[in-house]
Amino acid sequence: MAKILRKEVLAERVYRYRLDAPRIAKKRRPGQFIILRPVQNSERIPLTIADADATAGWIDIIFQVVGRTTVLLSMLNGGDNILDLVGPLGQPTHIETFGRCLCIGGGVGIAPLYPIARGLRDAGNDVVTIIGARTQSLLILRSDFESVSSELHVTTDDGTSGRKGFVSNVFQELADKGEKFNVAFVIGPVMMMKVTAQLTLAAGIKTYVSLNPIMVDGTGMCGGCRVTVDGRTRFACVEGPEFDAAGIDWNEMAKRLTSYRGFETESLEKHECELEKAVKE
Amino acid sequence: MMENGETRRSMHKIPMREQDPALRRSNFREVPFGYSDGEAKDEAARCLQCRKPLCIEGCPVNVQIPQFIGLVAKGEFAAAARTIKETNALPAVCGRVCPQEEQCELQCVLGKKGSPVAIGNLERFVADYERDNGLVVTPQVKPRNGKRVAIAGSGPAGLTCAGELAGQGFDVTIFEALHEAGGVLVYGIPEFRLPKAIVRAEVGYLERLGVKIEKNFVVGRTATIDELMEEGYDAVFVGSGAGLPSFLGVKGENGIGVYSANEYLTRSNLMRAFADDATTPIMRGKRVITVGGGNVAMDAARTALRLGAEPSTVVYRRSEAEMPARRAEIHHAREEGVEFRLLCTPTEILADDTGRVTGISCIRMELGAPDASGRRRPVPVAGSEFTIDGDVVVVAVGNSPNPLIPNTAPDIATSKRGGILADEKTGRTSKRRVYAGGDIVTGAATVILAMGAGKVAARSIIEDLQ
Repeated sequence: MAKILRKEVLAERVYRYRLDAPRIAKKRRPGQFIILRPVQNSERIPLTIADADATAGWIDIIFQVVGRTTVLLSMLNGGDNILDLVGPLGQPTHIETFGRCLCIGGGVGIAPLYPIARGLRDAGNDVVTIIGARTQSLLILRSDFESVSSELHVTTDDGTSGRKGFVSNVFQELADKGEKFNVAFVIGPVMMMKVTAQLTLAAGIKTYVSLNPIMVDGTGMCGGCRVTVDGRTRFACVEGPEFDAAGIDWNEMAKRLTSYRGFETESLEKHECELEKAVKE
Repeated sequence: MMENGETRRSMHKIPMREQDPALRRSNFREVPFGYSDGEAKDEAARCLQCRKPLCIEGCPVNVQIPQFIGLVAKGEFAAAARTIKETNALPAVCGRVCPQEEQCELQCVLGKKGSPVAIGNLERFVADYERDNGLVVTPQVKPRNGKRVAIAGSGPAGLTCAGELAGQGFDVTIFEALHEAGGVLVYGIPEFRLPKAIVRAEVGYLERLGVKIEKNFVVGRTATIDELMEEGYDAVFVGSGAGLPSFLGVKGENGIGVYSANEYLTRSNLMRAFADDATTPIMRGKRVITVGGGNVAMDAARTALRLGAEPSTVVYRRSEAEMPARRAEIHHAREEGVEFRLLCTPTEILADDTGRVTGISCIRMELGAPDASGRRRPVPVAGSEFTIDGDVVVVAVGNSPNPLIPNTAPDIATSKRGGILADEKTGRTSKRRVYAGGDIVTGAATVILAMGAGKVAARSIIEDLQ
């Protein structure tokens, strides 16, 4: 059980919860995640730890409502308990003094990028950040990134905030201007990571991505999270979630993420119907 | 049965009544119904009460078998259950999933001429009788001795170790990675073979003995073994199991619809994907192919039937004689309509453009000379490739020790296969005050062997800490 200490709406269907989780707060490092099960009979879902305070004993999670489990999670409020919370899971981000670091985040992928950017900054790196979203109302953590980045570039697909376009366009401009980076961290939807990492790799930058495949247990027991990296099957839950972008089989990764697409939309629609009914009654 | 004081024993054990295969193949209720009181007494009366009982030697936890069976024959069922519990904290589980035919029953003298006493059926009967009639009593445990023991994993090894130590006055905490206690008993073995209510009851019994269970705690991640020691635990027992699924290594294995047996069974068992009120999805394939010949493969193929597969097919590279599954499980699977394609092995998993599985390509095998396991080695027959259509493929070809704890405690010596090295007779590892047992040491084996190892380690812990 983990108590929700604070609930915030960050954007449309995007929430930030602060959870009372002293053990996890103490142990976690940037890049690690938790698995939670909001209520009885619900699914186990992995979410990256967006921030934490070891002394105060809390962790932050940020999630977008995409299916039944995230609907159930979003219905909880401050003071409620999350039924099951386990972590920290996965390998922490490899942080060292790289020099000039590039952090690129898209959509809700901006959330897991934040602890990494902060970790890099704390290790004495110069952090340049590019974040992007579909539209201004979906853009999250802008001020958080301002505080840890020496430069912050913002894009939206529709131009409602920052410059119009994609994060990959901004990177290309920086590269064209001859700007150099020692390492890049790219987190976001699969296609965004694939396209952006192709550009950063082409520019000769060592690039890491954080993958979010389907998971059940998070301890390497089920193998549902398997991804192909450099021709080898790896389990993202214990060996990841971060991998060198150069070796990832993006097509396989994208396909595997569609495994339950029918279930998700069906269950979300069904659940929202039920919710509406419940509200009317 | 006794007639005029003379014993006339039936040559054969009394079979357990079972759900009709045609019905049970579409529900998740338990297959056998268990004995009636009368059947149990009659079966118990078959026991010769040998003066030197070999059956006890065949039992990894040395249950006092003739003694409990003698009590069953007299109708003292609850007393019989208590006798078993002196050496075995999980009788309702063992009565169901132990391979008695290779252990206690194999040693039974009656088995030489007819069938051995149905020790497993009787164990199950008395445990169920005691529980169902509210007769379970919590035994007196020794006064607390002030020593704290941490146990990683709440599977059969961890539960047994915990029970032994709690009885001796130790302050025991089990750390479980998942949200329910029981390990493979809850995530792996299906409801129709081991109802989860029974696992919960047996775990509850241990809690009443004073064992604390902390769920959602991954030893190695939430805290390492060293950190647990720093927090004041005097010893740690590692029973984290063989939770690392093996795959075939063939093309297409990461397609949509390919599951490890662990994932398939965890979705159905732990996450209850089969139930209407659960939200975890599972692909209810129309044609499900399970690869492998062990008990886990049988569990997966029979689960597939219950989720609506037509057909549910088992593909195994050797012949039925070499299948590692219990005969009873193969028999149950066949009765329910599982199809067996023997002497063939997948060479590729086929998928459509979207990555969804459409079937497997197989090659026929023939048996050559015996290999290291003593079983005849399967050899591919050139040019014999064929395909089997299917939309879900479950890979049930074994598990290795889960590397999470070995990787986060590098000072514990491990084997080449990744298991923790522990002395078979003591459970001690290379690290002081750290013990291990069960599948994390042996690789995938049986519930009862893990329980035996948990017990051995508990004895060493008692010896080392006192």
